Amino acid sequence: MSDPRGQAELNTFPRLLMQHAQQRPTRPAMREKEYGIWQTYSWAEVAQNVRAIACGLAELGFKRGDRLGIIGDNRPRLYWSVAACQCLGGIPVMMYQDAVAEEMAYVLQDAEIKFAVVEDQEQVDKMLEIREQCPLLEHVIYDDSRGMRHYADTFLLGLDELQSMGTAHDKSQPDFLDGEISKGGPDDVSVMLYTSGTTGKPKGVCQTHDAFIQSAKGGCQFDKLTENEDILSYLPMAWVGDHLFSYAQAMVSGFTINCPESGETVMTDLREIGPTYYFAPPRVFENLLTTVLIRMEDASWLKRKIFAFAMDVAKRCGGEILDGKPVSSSDRFQYWLSNLLILGPLKNVLGFSRIRVAYTAGAAIGPDLFRFYRSIGINLKQLYGQTETCAYVCLQPDGQIKLDSVGKPAPGVEVKLAENGEILVKGPMLLKAYYKRPDATAESINEDGYFLTGDAGFFDEDGHLKIIDRAKDVGKLNSGSIFAPNYIENKLKFFQHVKEAVAFGNERDYVTAFINIDLEAVGNYVERRGLAYSGYTDLAAQPMVLQLIKECVEEINAQLAADPMMADSQIKRFLILHKELDADDGELTRTRKVRRKFVSERYAVLIDALYSGKSEQHIETDVKYEDGRQGKVSADLKIEEAKTFAPQAAKTAA
Amino acid sequence: MAREIGDVILKMEGISLSFGGVKALTNISFDVREHEIRSIIGPNGAGKSSMLNVINGVYHPQEGQVTFRGEVRRDMEPHKAAKQGIARTFQNIALFKGMSVIDNIMTGRNLKMKCNVFHHALHWGKARAEEIEHRKKVEEVIDFLEIQNIRKTPVGRLPYGLQKRVELGRALAAEPSMMLLDEPMAGMNVEEKQDMCRFILDVNDQFGTTIVLIEHDMGVVMDISDRVVVLDYGKKIGDGEPDEVKNNPDVIAAYLGTSH
Repeated sequence: MSDPRGQAELNTFPRLLMQHAQQRPTRPAMREKEYGIWQTYSWAEVAQNVRAIACGLAELGFKRGDRLGIIGDNRPRLYWSVAACQCLGGIPVMMYQDAVAEEMAYVLQDAEIKFAVVEDQEQVDKMLEIREQCPLLEHVIYDDSRGMRHYADTFLLGLDELQSMGTAHDKSQPDFLDGEISKGGPDDVSVMLYTSGTTGKPKGVCQTHDAFIQSAKGGCQFDKLTENEDILSYLPMAWVGDHLFSYAQAMVSGFTINCPESGETVMTDLREIGPTYYFAPPRVFENLLTTVLIRMEDASWLKRKIFAFAMDVAKRCGGEILDGKPVSSSDRFQYWLSNLLILGPLKNVLGFSRIRVAYTAGAAIGPDLFRFYRSIGINLKQLYGQTETCAYVCLQPDGQIKLDSVGKPAPGVEVKLAENGEILVKGPMLLKAYYKRPDATAESINEDGYFLTGDAGFFDEDGHLKIIDRAKDVGKLNSGSIFAPNYIENKLKFFQHVKEAVAFGNERDYVTAFINIDLEAVGNYVERRGLAYSGYTDLAAQPMVLQLIKECVEEINAQLAADPMMADSQIKRFLILHKELDADDGELTRTRKVRRKFVSERYAVLIDALYSGKSEQHIETDVKYEDGRQGKVSADLKIEEAKTFAPQAAKTAA
Repeated sequence: MAREIGDVILKMEGISLSFGGVKALTNISFDVREHEIRSIIGPNGAGKSSMLNVINGVYHPQEGQVTFRGEVRRDMEPHKAAKQGIARTFQNIALFKGMSVIDNIMTGRNLKMKCNVFHHALHWGKARAEEIEHRKKVEEVIDFLEIQNIRKTPVGRLPYGLQKRVELGRALAAEPSMMLLDEPMAGMNVEEKQDMCRFILDVNDQFGTTIVLIEHDMGVVMDISDRVVVLDYGKKIGDGEPDEVKNNPDVIAAYLGTSH
């Protein structure tokens, strides 16, 4: 603490920001598309605006340690509010903008929020709706003033007015904000991110400046990110990944954040910006590929031929070329030609021409999908992490990509496995605590300082981490070998014809599965073969469909047989459910995850039938329609046997 | 609501219109006040669209007079109506199907363009500055109607509900003081209707635009209108605030039929 102003060390976000404003004042820090044109804000302008917002908040009475609620799409001024709050030693709490008012009320109460910065009228209306339940809430500040003309409530204030208040304040007391910034330290909580709450009520995860700065530094160093990167910020600000990529890493490296015009324009904006660094969950990559393939089907004969040729070449050697592995010169030439004719233009259409590093996480990505993007020359990689670890645990190193692993522990992170296979992690990126939940904090961090991720996995021979399932879902077959239902289900779901799957096998002799077909994909498949059907239940019972799914299951069995740890998990018997699993019936969570226990109770008859050797079972189920009416669906379900394979080689799991 | 309904700006007096022997409108009088939402309703063939066409001068009535902002005349001319700030949309969408959304809305700015055709053709001098200004206005309309994602899509490829919205956008781009909307919600689903209602109310509220509206959906009409005029077989059978009109026995008879 020899430096009286505390500016020497860049260990908090406000200090990083002020340093960028000095070192690279004219470089673009943020872009936003407004009225169809990209508007740029330089680092100096961003710092100026952040100062104004911070001083404005201080004028309203915002104190050190206060929480600032932030709700809205990825707008520059909302990111500035995050930084402004941190300048004052406050804790920003971002909320999912599409959450209903009730869910927001919970977070506002739990985090005892007095000030909130929201995007627009829609969010203001939610705040007004829950105002009664949140007596602590004193000020709501809105970014977009559209439609706000008739709101006379003194509880509301426009961000423009707040900024002009702040600018005046900053002029009259220029030392005030610098003083506040110098009071901050690396161990202060920099942000609170709420967990999604799939298991119980959402918890506020408190992360320090140091945790996010260390994670961001590690990531930037790992992928050699510089101030020249461009990133499109379109994922919810409340999600840890966005905070790491669009906020922490940008603050550390000084690169440019680009905010799309609106949720619907993301694809166009992506193409216009051409980011060099990109993140998307697997479903985004999947949708993009589907769009491409559908449009190719409508293309002329010649174009389809050239496309098929290019895809063949890319499949054969694209991944190897990207990884810098040896490839024959004839293949190199063909790849060069494909790139010229198809792959280059294709990447351009997708907005991927300039991508150096792309990441995906959040769900398992299908191997074909993953391979496709790598083969066309996009350096797509996987990472693993959670809110509690700043989304920073494992990263796939360039050139060492394995389809089914999440890579090696990131710089500065220590990963070890518990006896039951649970992944334990330790490092600077760990959470400080769950807000006001010492019990939960104590439960999730053990006495040696390791965080219990709740995921089960193992290291392969090269030291890459493979995630198989949630630790609590992992069971054992009667033979004693490990049973990871999610691992099997994900493999099934990678087939376009399978929408959902539920695997059973814990404390049983063998593995069985329920399967939900994808109505659109399977419907298309049978229609092209001239078969008519009347609806989901009818389609699911067609022998042609059963045969199709059986082939999928057998392919999975062949894959499982090749993996010594999973060879016993081959699916012996399966059935296709007569109805789609639905969140309205309580079978799925709202985020579309299967509620395993509920499903196994509801369909106990079917599970018994799977294990009793019957070949058919009658079932009648209550269903809720979207308009709230109740009904019944009944069917006689066929139970199919699938071929299983002998475990390959004599290798046994050590 | 903050907007204040002002004085009468449009007055139709004793309008009669016939096509040969067919009497489309018989001696109809009503008025429209500044900033109000005025609906014209009636069963099919009642003469609603004819009435709108008389207002902006597409049809010329044989009898009666139109007073718009103090100017009395037998009939309007469409280009004069447009110059005086009356814009309209059509029952059967009348957009340029092959042109993009931006270009379609830009046509709404046509009357405001001051430079001559040569400047525009060469995109030179004042024309350039002018186009930038018009484009800005168009972008504001796009932002207002939340159609950023389709700004460059050819209109012919858009679903019906969005085409209707683009048409509203083109009318808005002319910055009219009065808008004539011919069945803006026909053929829409509930959600699209709700959106359209919201936009109409917002236009009326934010820009103070006077709106004359033809609509079949009674729920919508009764909800958003300040006053309603009811036509049946070319005659006016009711006029007044929504509640008044709803309880008018003639209107009920026209819509539900009478027992003989």
